[in-house]
Amino acid sequence: MTTLTATHGGELRVTQARVIKSEWIKFWSLRSTTVTLIASVLLFVGIGLLAAQISGDGSGTGARRNGSTNPIDISLAGVNFAQLVLGTLGVLLMSGEYGTGMIRSTLAAVPRRLPVLWAKIAVFTGVVFPLMLVAGLVAFLGGQAIIGDAGASLGDPGAWRAIVGSAAYVTGAGLLGLALGALLRSTPAAISTFFGVMFLLEGVVQLLLPSSWRDTVGPYLPSQAGSAMGAVAEQSGSLAPWAGLAVFLAYLVVLTGAAGYRLKREDA
Amino acid sequence: MIEVRELTKRYGTKTAVDSLTFAVRPGIVTGFLGPNGAGKSTTMRMIMGLDRPTSGTATINGRPYARLEAPLHEVGALLEARAVHTGRSALNHLRAMAATTGVPRSRVDEVVDIVGLHDVAGRRAGGFSLGMGQRLGIASALLGDPNTLILDEPVNGLDPEGILWIRKLMQGFAADGRTVFVSSHLMSEMALTAEHLIVIGRGKLIADAPVQAFIDQASQNSVRVRSPQAVSLYDLLTGPGVTITSLGRSVLEVSGIDAEVIGERAAAAGIVLHELSPLQPSLEEAFMALTRDAVEFPALEGVLS
Repeated sequence: MTTLTATHGGELRVTQARVIKSEWIKFWSLRSTTVTLIASVLLFVGIGLLAAQISGDGSGTGARRNGSTNPIDISLAGVNFAQLVLGTLGVLLMSGEYGTGMIRSTLAAVPRRLPVLWAKIAVFTGVVFPLMLVAGLVAFLGGQAIIGDAGASLGDPGAWRAIVGSAAYVTGAGLLGLALGALLRSTPAAISTFFGVMFLLEGVVQLLLPSSWRDTVGPYLPSQAGSAMGAVAEQSGSLAPWAGLAVFLAYLVVLTGAAGYRLKREDA
Repeated sequence: MIEVRELTKRYGTKTAVDSLTFAVRPGIVTGFLGPNGAGKSTTMRMIMGLDRPTSGTATINGRPYARLEAPLHEVGALLEARAVHTGRSALNHLRAMAATTGVPRSRVDEVVDIVGLHDVAGRRAGGFSLGMGQRLGIASALLGDPNTLILDEPVNGLDPEGILWIRKLMQGFAADGRTVFVSSHLMSEMALTAEHLIVIGRGKLIADAPVQAFIDQASQNSVRVRSPQAVSLYDLLTGPGVTITSLGRSVLEVSGIDAEVIGERAAAAGIVLHELSPLQPSLEEAFMALTRDAVEFPALEGVLS
């Protein structure tokens, strides 16, 4: 026992709360974090306002989510872009440690390892979800103001659920990135897998599967299940919001579990 | 106290560390030597709980590293290469490390001063020179004022002043009764720093001995003799177990007989000696002799013959 340990007793133990504090410091001490967060907010709000502007003009179909003409959906069209940026941030949170060798310092300080993963998830969720909630609210209010008379209000059925669901979805997409980063350990591999799963998979299903399968499998893809969470009304060929949430959570749990297993068991 | 028992690491069919058993005692600096690729870093990573042994155990103060409750307070480690995020400032790196175990901010500032990074602590670690990176690694090893130091090639990239500094740091640590385990492939550095050596080659233990014993064991001492009557001396000394090499007309290198015996025999036979000097093999030579068969990529000797 060292002199410090002797005098402070068990007060120097590594606890989950301390690991969260450490990850909080790490999160905010990289310039890329701030840049990425600002970009995700700008995209979430900006694309929503743009979509509202286009639909308000009646000048085109615009960037409508799921082809919906519902004014709530239109104002939240930015989630598709915000999820990209947040997924990348999630990946970097873990793969950046492997790429730079930081992981060795991290695991030397927290040799039980799993608390590091939980702490990263806690910090990411704690920062990103409230931020996206605010962004979603701004996009909604701004979008409805642009749409004008045809716009919705916060009191409309499904409005709050759509905003909260969208914020939860983009946060979840980021956590998916985080799990992929921990699982694959390489930034390029994890980012391309993330993009592949969120964007290409849908196309692959459309292209390769017979139509009877396509309609069965399609709604259960992570991107589809996730966006169902933020939809105002259940749309044909998509899951109900709560079912979407359940399916998306299942993906998250499985991937995070696999990431935790690899982190715990394998050489750093 | 670090104890390694039957420690083995295999990657597929390649055995990187082969059934190593040794102990690193407190109070002295213990050097960990071996040619590049001998398995030093792998062994240290297993001690630090970063790599999982294929079999065998490594414990620090009686417990595996992963079971230490306050690891940074028991062990300070400088691991090979960089172990710092290049985008983060030195200060923030240390703050994040300190936070895991409740080390106060004042201690962070203290170690920054100890390693002499005060003026650059706010800069991104990615822009650091190799020497500054080493100092940052040492700062993070010192954070918890640990009882055991594990340093992998700490003098890499340091200037002479930095080398002297780290040498004093290690010796001061040992003098306090703490445990210091330091790897190197530079024998000359170990000769100046370590009291005890653990030598490995191809993952196997070659020697576990005090520095002096290591030198004695590794190579037979020889004696250089200069005499105008070298030929007569040659005849006088030759015999079973004695090797005599002629290094010119009047110089012989003799091994197998002590300098005292040579002097007495020469005096008895009335042979004049101009020089009689025992040759201490350097640590470098001793090491080469011991690990000759254990070098991962030996120079291609005799390829042409």
